Amino acid sequence: MAEAQIKPLTLNFGPQHPAAHGVLRLVLEMDGEIVERADPHIGLLHRGTEKLIEYKTYLQAVPYFDRLDYVAPMSQEHAYALAVEKLLGIEVPKRAQYIRVMYAEISRILNHLLNITTFAIDVGAMTPLLWGFEEREKLMEFYERACGARLHAAYFRPGGVAMDLPAGILDDILAWTETFPALMDDIESLLTENRIFKQRTVDIGVVSAEEAQAIGFSGPCIRASGLAWDLRKSQPYDAYNEMDFNIPIGKTGDCYARYLVRIKEIRESLKIIRQAAENMPEGPVKTEDRKVAPPSRGEMKHSMEALIHHFKLYTEGYHVPAGETYTAVEAPKGEFAVFLVSDGTNKPYRCKIRAPGFSFLAAMDFLSKGHMLADTVAIIGSLDIVFGEIDR
Amino acid sequence: MASPTETQKELAEYLKNQLSTELVEVGFVLDELVLRTRPQHICKVLTFLRDDSQCQFRCLVDICGTDYPERELRFDVVYNLLSVQQNNRIRVKVATDEETPVPSATGVFPSANWFERETWDMFGVFFSDHPDLRRLLTDYGFEGHPLRKDFPLTGHVEVRYDDEQKRVVYEPVKLVQDFRSFDFLSPWEGARSLLPGDEKAEDQAEEGAS
Repeated sequence: MAEAQIKPLTLNFGPQHPAAHGVLRLVLEMDGEIVERADPHIGLLHRGTEKLIEYKTYLQAVPYFDRLDYVAPMSQEHAYALAVEKLLGIEVPKRAQYIRVMYAEISRILNHLLNITTFAIDVGAMTPLLWGFEEREKLMEFYERACGARLHAAYFRPGGVAMDLPAGILDDILAWTETFPALMDDIESLLTENRIFKQRTVDIGVVSAEEAQAIGFSGPCIRASGLAWDLRKSQPYDAYNEMDFNIPIGKTGDCYARYLVRIKEIRESLKIIRQAAENMPEGPVKTEDRKVAPPSRGEMKHSMEALIHHFKLYTEGYHVPAGETYTAVEAPKGEFAVFLVSDGTNKPYRCKIRAPGFSFLAAMDFLSKGHMLADTVAIIGSLDIVFGEIDR
Repeated sequence: MASPTETQKELAEYLKNQLSTELVEVGFVLDELVLRTRPQHICKVLTFLRDDSQCQFRCLVDICGTDYPERELRFDVVYNLLSVQQNNRIRVKVATDEETPVPSATGVFPSANWFERETWDMFGVFFSDHPDLRRLLTDYGFEGHPLRKDFPLTGHVEVRYDDEQKRVVYEPVKLVQDFRSFDFLSPWEGARSLLPGDEKAEDQAEEGAS
């Protein structure tokens, strides 16, 4: 009997699959259990952020950045704030820089805690998720105390931060950095040497350093492939050049290496948070340039000029000199950048958002080819994909 | 204000000499090096930037479009490159219109694939030789290119679930309230608030003249 020809099976993965990390629709062409081609269909969460920003003033555009990667909102604002400041040519006070660095690192821990624990649940470990989310809640309380919102912060604004830190928060953050490493040890004890976890992740989705550059990887994913590339070190912004920290890199470039890099990064982030909180300088938290940052409430009560500034800033907004800039930050997921074109008016002419997850997902076909169906879940988990920023 | 470093100036001079026929313009915007080339040369320029030992821009981090409706070649396709080895960035721009295709960079950088699909989707810039130029972010069966300046913010269609037909139906956009677009530009600073396509304003201007 002639061998029966088996037609490749087309399988729809998502958009409502719990391991799809949001609204990913992955069309897989399968040969039995082996993936022959992966075709991600994205855009189910497309909100037209870039178009909307073109119709908003520079300040009104800030909250849109919280809604991109909603797992680490402040990191996105950071890129936008830096881009606008570059076009305006203004300096940010030291205290604001330290606050930003501290909160960017809190965001990084927020992000990595979510990624590591949901990655673990994708490959079968339930407990880390429950532990990790308790800590995330504490971190979101720090968010809330600084800016009033757990998620949609709108805290990093062009010119500095929205308001000063409340009294006592630095002590609480420092106290938290003392207790948190114990939890990381617990999570690691559940995962790092876990036989099942390693079987699911080691040698899955391997990317070499050359390939990682060609497919546009960044962040923990490129570091897991052995490239010591971190924008915080190589192109430092704000107060990162005053911080002492290391860049963990992986050797193998597989899902397990990406996990390990994130674990180590959390510990490095803790070091940065501690340094920023201990050395927090005194002073203003936004630029003194009243054409960009609003005056204080108290000043407005007795100064006519302050009142005019406030009115103009919140109606017309500030005008940004014509120009363009591509400004990138090391967001928790990788290189998050804003390509901002200004035509000299009070609204951005074009604001392209470069999301790290976009390139990761584009590489899905390359990564999952020849792997089993269950491995695609591990690969998606290890890439750290959030649809808010990919679909924009 | 940020200004370019010496190494960036050297690189600009070097590129001017090496790619003298391909590059239309080499310049700096703030401290960022920007090259401008023609569509037919884009792959050659990108390959040179990737392989030359003084450039080593092996990472294509972003491709995006920009729309300038008043220009004859209304679109700019912007390529942002990163060199991990040299710790440097560079930007390459190509001008095109709705008709002229830009050669695809997927052969040079695999990461260009989705970025070009997105640019096609958002601006309608056509990339020739692209292996799979489908829409990326918009809905299945979407018409138009949303990031063009002449595309309305609200779009053309809206969706709702129709209980009688038991499915989602598409209808032309009906807004209960107009989009509130305030003109905050100060009239004392000589801002021209005349928008392209705003016929009423033009009529008024003519009446005033006559």
